[in-house]
This record gives sequence, structure tokens and C-alpha cells, in this order.
Amino acid sequence: MKTARKKRLILIGLMVTGVAAAVAFGLQAFNQNLMFFYSPSEVVAGDAPADTAFRVGGLVTNGSVARQSDGLTVQFDVTDNAEAITVQYTGILPDLFREGQGIVAHGKLRDDGMFVANEVLAKHDENYMAPEVAASLKQAHDTGVGKGMGTP
Amino acid sequence: MTPELGQFALVLALCLALVQAVFPLIGSINRTPSWMALAQPLAWGQFVFLSLSFAALTYAFLTDDFSVLYVAQHGNTQLPIVYKISAVWGAHEGSLLLWVLILSGWMVAVASLARNLPPEMLARVLAVMGMISIGFLSFLLFTSNPFERLFPIPMEGGELNPLLQDFGLAIHPPMLYMGYVGLSVAFSFAIAALIGGKMDTAWARWSRPWTLIAWVFLTIGITLGSWWAYYELGWGGWWFWDPVENASFMPWLVATALVHSLAVTEKRGAFKRWTVLLALMGFSLSLLGTFLVRSGVLTSVHAFATDPARGLFILMFLCLVIGGSLVLYAWRAPSITPGGGFNMLSRETFLLGNNLLLIITTAFVLLGTLAPLLYDAMGWGKISVGFPWFTAMFVMFMPLMVVIMGAGPMTRWKNQDPKALLRSLSLPFAISVAAGLLVAMPFGTGSWSAGLAVGLSIWLLTTLLYGARKRFQNRSGISLIKDIAGRGSRSWYAMWIAHIGIAVFIIGVTFVTQFDIEKDIRMSPGQTYEMEGYTFRFDGVKAQTGPNYRTQFGTVRVFQDDREIAVLNPEKRTYTVQTNPMTEAGIDAGFLRDIYVSLGEPLGGGDWALRLYYKPFVRWIWLGGLLISLGGLLAASDPRYRSKVLARLRKPAIQPTLAAENHS
Repeated sequence: MKTARKKRLILIGLMVTGVAAAVAFGLQAFNQNLMFFYSPSEVVAGDAPADTAFRVGGLVTNGSVARQSDGLTVQFDVTDNAEAITVQYTGILPDLFREGQGIVAHGKLRDDGMFVANEVLAKHDENYMAPEVAASLKQAHDTGVGKGMGTP
Repeated sequence: MTPELGQFALVLALCLALVQAVFPLIGSINRTPSWMALAQPLAWGQFVFLSLSFAALTYAFLTDDFSVLYVAQHGNTQLPIVYKISAVWGAHEGSLLLWVLILSGWMVAVASLARNLPPEMLARVLAVMGMISIGFLSFLLFTSNPFERLFPIPMEGGELNPLLQDFGLAIHPPMLYMGYVGLSVAFSFAIAALIGGKMDTAWARWSRPWTLIAWVFLTIGITLGSWWAYYELGWGGWWFWDPVENASFMPWLVATALVHSLAVTEKRGAFKRWTVLLALMGFSLSLLGTFLVRSGVLTSVHAFATDPARGLFILMFLCLVIGGSLVLYAWRAPSITPGGGFNMLSRETFLLGNNLLLIITTAFVLLGTLAPLLYDAMGWGKISVGFPWFTAMFVMFMPLMVVIMGAGPMTRWKNQDPKALLRSLSLPFAISVAAGLLVAMPFGTGSWSAGLAVGLSIWLLTTLLYGARKRFQNRSGISLIKDIAGRGSRSWYAMWIAHIGIAVFIIGVTFVTQFDIEKDIRMSPGQTYEMEGYTFRFDGVKAQTGPNYRTQFGTVRVFQDDREIAVLNPEKRTYTVQTNPMTEAGIDAGFLRDIYVSLGEPLGGGDWALRLYYKPFVRWIWLGGLLISLGGLLAASDPRYRSKVLARLRKPAIQPTLAAENHS
């Protein structure tokens, strides 16, 4: 009886250790894989990290999409209607990418302020806007209105 | 008129559900056979009314009745008939109607196939399903009525999202819902057992085939979704760790654990409380999935409904279901007697390991899915959890899981002699290590991940083959067929096929992630490009017209050794109503590799941006999924779950209850 209990304790001990190790490893990896979202205003204000990847989102400024001579590299401006940053991307853009459309780009900020994206997402539903983009547009709009009321 | 009838049928179904949730349950407690007997006709009544309601909505789509708001938003006169039908569940309201229809279908199945259940058990199971039905019917009627009218009546409808105008996606939601809702049967069995306070191997035997069928549907649904994403989204991915995919994957992981744990409960009477808890978790995660998809709280391509009232309703329902069932569990579980004991080295231990790993994986997927919500709610910033993290988590647990999966079936129940196990495992171990090393060497593939994956797959294969050889040693010819057809041993063959499916899946996943080639290039008509021994010739793009879309129809010819092996037609479609462009990939499918071409955008002068892919072994992913489903089906068809066999089981099962009741 006693040995059976001892064995069960060993089994439980092993399982707990294993689970704890897995959780510790998983959480550590989790922290390294978080990608934060910044609006163009926040990027211009210098809030975004310089050397880690993050996401930026907003509307593609009308008339800003320019194709490089190699045909696959594209530059465009992304704005929250307050500030704008330029995004560079090499590759095929998603189907729903177009001027005036809300997009989210994943990538890093270059020293000259250009955001080099490795992925550009446009949502599959034309009425749908990524919540982050909608929120940052609203925020920029609200602060814009506030300024307008203060100056006259 | 028909839409009103449809809505009226929904109201009637809700009334029946209210009666079904209350009276059979009371009847089962104070032992009133006439009240208990209400459950079956009520279930049938709900099914009939919901079928009528569903038929009414389908009729509205087929007749282009744009006076119904939902039809006006998602139907269109030019839509081909198949997609008019699939448009019924193409968006929020209709898909919920399908949800409750399927729920009533499961109720009817339980009511008519489980006649041999003790009447109080059947009454309780159906009462719990009635409660779930109340929740979803009131959600449908009060927040998302599919029959709402629209005035003035538009001449033409909006349109079904073009992405959904596809056969794979027309059948993907029903399959997935069959699985989601099917888990409610396992849930209801668990709740009924908790109410009755009786839990024995007979319970596991009743619950197991239902759980297996639900799990099979879930597997098929997820496999279909993955296949659809691959050929339809146009960038060759087959899994994105998208919140909505995770929402279907978490119930699958828990259901997989449940299927294994039920085996232990049925065969050995052990793990009873754990099995019940898994059944509760499985359906709770299905509901959580519904909440995540339907409330639009997450950044996701699938979020087509953004309405806080709906989100709040499901959230409250979710809390009620999870909270209620956990309280019931905390109250009743201590009375469940522990089952058969087992030693450290036994099949039970391996199955426990399997369950533990599956649940940890589920917990991590849950963390990654909910973390963005949590961070946002706490004001810690807006985050997304990277694809690599999910993959890393999976890669961390999979190898251990596969090692267990190979050894488990070779081990005896209760107690295993370590030496005998080592003897039988040594040959498979040697073969798989050798195979893994060969593949990992520079003259193989040079990739350690590929080596590991091949090693693990070979480990699974060799242990399974070894097990088969042992089984066939004393059987031959007719007795072998009898063994497959007979009861009791079919589950072994089912396990065999499903585990082979896992081996196939691992090979597919690893090879496609390690060795796929992707190239974005600019091509002029007539230009060629070489990749992996294939020559791609771009023959230009022509404008054409389809039934409800215009298309840029590209032609790419693929040559191997100067022989033409495929003509691919990637397209860029623009649907006439929703003017979104959509990519249709051109795919040459093969057992060992796919060639995949999609059109980017026109770059002027007939030039196009093209995306070329070489995808080795990608079909094996879905082949694996099919084999797993096939295994599940075979297990569920085991004759030992047929009613006659269960009826015999029922007699000895009743005695202990009566004894227990006399005791109290």
C-alpha cells in the first residue's frame, strides 16, 4: 500500500515538474513574441520601439502609392488623419489593398523613419476595419477636434 | 408571409425548449414517467419547427425575397443556386439558425438512437440539451433575427462575400457546427451523470460514440477549413493561428483528450472525474469559440458581425454554462467513486500523459488567443501574438506526444513489465532514430527538423506495424476479418488508422514548412522562370466574364524536362456587386508536391506580378486529417455501442443505482 502511494507521489511530482517547466518556457517565449500596435501619430511622436518589430495601421493615403522600378517594391503612406508615415513593402499586396482602405502592416522602423514591412494585411470584408485602426482613427479625430476648439 | 411563418416556428421551438428543459428534469428527480417521456416528442417538435424555419429562410433566398433584411444583405439574383443555399449560413443570423437546427438534430438523434438509456438518464440528457437550445434560440430571436423585414424593398441584394462562394466553404461551416454542437451531447451526458450522481463504465459506453462522432465532424470541419484557406485565400498557407481557427482547434484538442480519457473510463473505470471535467470543458470551449467569432472582439478575418449586444449575450450565456456546470461539478464530483487503480508503467499512465499534453497545449492556445483581449482590457497596449509563438509551443509538445503515442498502444492496461516493453520498443526505436539521422544528414535533407519529424513518424509507423504483427500472429484469414468486424477489437483498428493519420500529418506539416519555395516575381508574357526543376512560362492574362463576376484569366504553363506537365489558370476576379478583387490560385496538385501560382497585380504593358510556389507533401496534411476522421468513424461504428448490446449492459447497470438510492 505504502509503495503504491509513494509511486503515485513520484508520478504526480514528475507531472508537476514537467508542467511547470513547460509553462515557464512558454511564458518566456510568449513575451518575446508579442507584437505591439502603434498608430502613425505614436510612431511620429517617437513612441514606437526602434529595433523590435511592431505593427502599424491606418488608412492608405490617397495618391501615395508608388511602385519602384523593379515592379515589386511599393511605397505608400499610412495615416490616422493626424500624422502619416511611409511604409515600404516588397512583394504582392493583398487583394483588398487600395488607397483609402484601412490596413495593418507588420515590420520594423528604419533609421530614416521609413517603416519596412514584411507583411501587409487588408481585411477580407470591405466594411470591416481592424479594431486597432478604427480606435486610432477615432482617437486622432477626437484630439484633432479638441485642438480645433481651443484655437479660435 | 413565409418569413413570418419562419419566425413563428422559431418562437414555437423556443416554447418547446422551455418545456423540455424543465419538465423531464423534474420528472427524472421525482420519478414521474409521464414527465420524463415528454422529452422525446418535444425534441422531435423542436426539430420539426426549426426545419420549417430553416426551410423558410432558404425559400427566401431561392426566391430572392429582398424584403427580408438578411436576404437583402447576403443574397443576390445572379448568385448560382448552390450559393443561394449556402448563403443561408453565410453570415451571422443564418449560421446561428443552422447552429440551433443542428442542435435539434443531435437531440432527435439522441432521442431515437439512445432508447436503451435508462429513462431518467435520457430525460436529463435531453433536458440539458433543451437548456442549451433555450440559450441559443433566445439569442437568435432577441439579438439576431434572420427574418427581420426591410422597407423599402431593394431591387437587388447585397452579395454573399465572394470568398464564401466556394464549394469547400459552403460545407465547411455545417461540418464544424456538427462538431461544435455535437460536443453538447457529451456535455449533456456529463451533466446528467452529475445530476444523477452515478458514474460507471456504462456511462462512458453511452457517451463515447456520441463524442467520437462529434470529434470526427470537428476533424473534418477543421481539415476542410484548412484546405479551403490553402486554395482560396491565394497565398498558399494552410493554417494561420487566426483566433477563429484557434476557436475550432481548442475544442478539438479537448475532444481528442476526451476521446482517449473515455476509453480509460470505459475499459478500466478510471479517470471518471477527469473525463466529466473534459466533457464540460469541451463544450465550454465550443461556446467560447462561438463568442469569439460572433462578437467580433478579436482582430480576425472571420469577424463579420460587430455588435456589442450580441457579444454581451453570448458572454453571459457562456458564464452561465461554465459557471453552472463547474458549480455542479464541485458539488457532485466528490461523490463519484474512484475507479480501477494502475501502476506507474501502464497504458493508463501513457493516456494520462496524452491528456496532460493536450490540455497544456489547449491552455497555451487559449492564452495566445485571449492575450490580445486581456492586454486591451487592462490598458497594457494593443498586441498580437506572433505566429512563431504558437508554432514554437506546438513543436515543444508534439515530439513528446508522439513518443507517448507510439509506446502507449504497446503497453498493457493496469501493469506493464518494463523489460517486455523495452524489448518490443527497441527495434522501432532503432529504426526511427536511424531514419531520422539519415534524413537529417547533409546528403539527406540537411535539416534537423525534418530529421526529427521523419524519426517521429517512423516511430509511430513501426510501433503500429509491430502491434499489428503481434495481433496477426495468432490470427489469419477469416478470423482476421472476424476480428475487424467483431465487437471489442474494432476500436484497435480505429486507433491504428487514426495514428497512421497523425504520422502522415507530421510528414506533411514538416516538409511543407521546411522545404516549400515561394517566389514573388514580375513576368512579361512569354517569359520563363525556373524553380526546383520546373520551368514556368507566363502566357499572359485575358479578360473574361463569369456568371456573377468579371475575371482576369491568366495562363501559366509548367514544364519539366521540356515536357508540359500542367496548365495553370490563376485568376483575379471582381464580383459585380461587391467590387472586391479576389485571387483564385492555379494549382497543380500531386501526391508528393503541389505547384501553386497566384496572380498579383498588373504592372503595365501586359506584365504581372506573380507568386510561384513549390509545396512538397502539402496534401499529406489533409490526408492525415482524413485518416484521423476515418479512424474516429470506425471507432464509433463498433458493434459494442449498438442498442442491443447496450441494452444488455443496462440491466446490471441499474442495480447499483437502486442500491445507492436505498442506501441514502
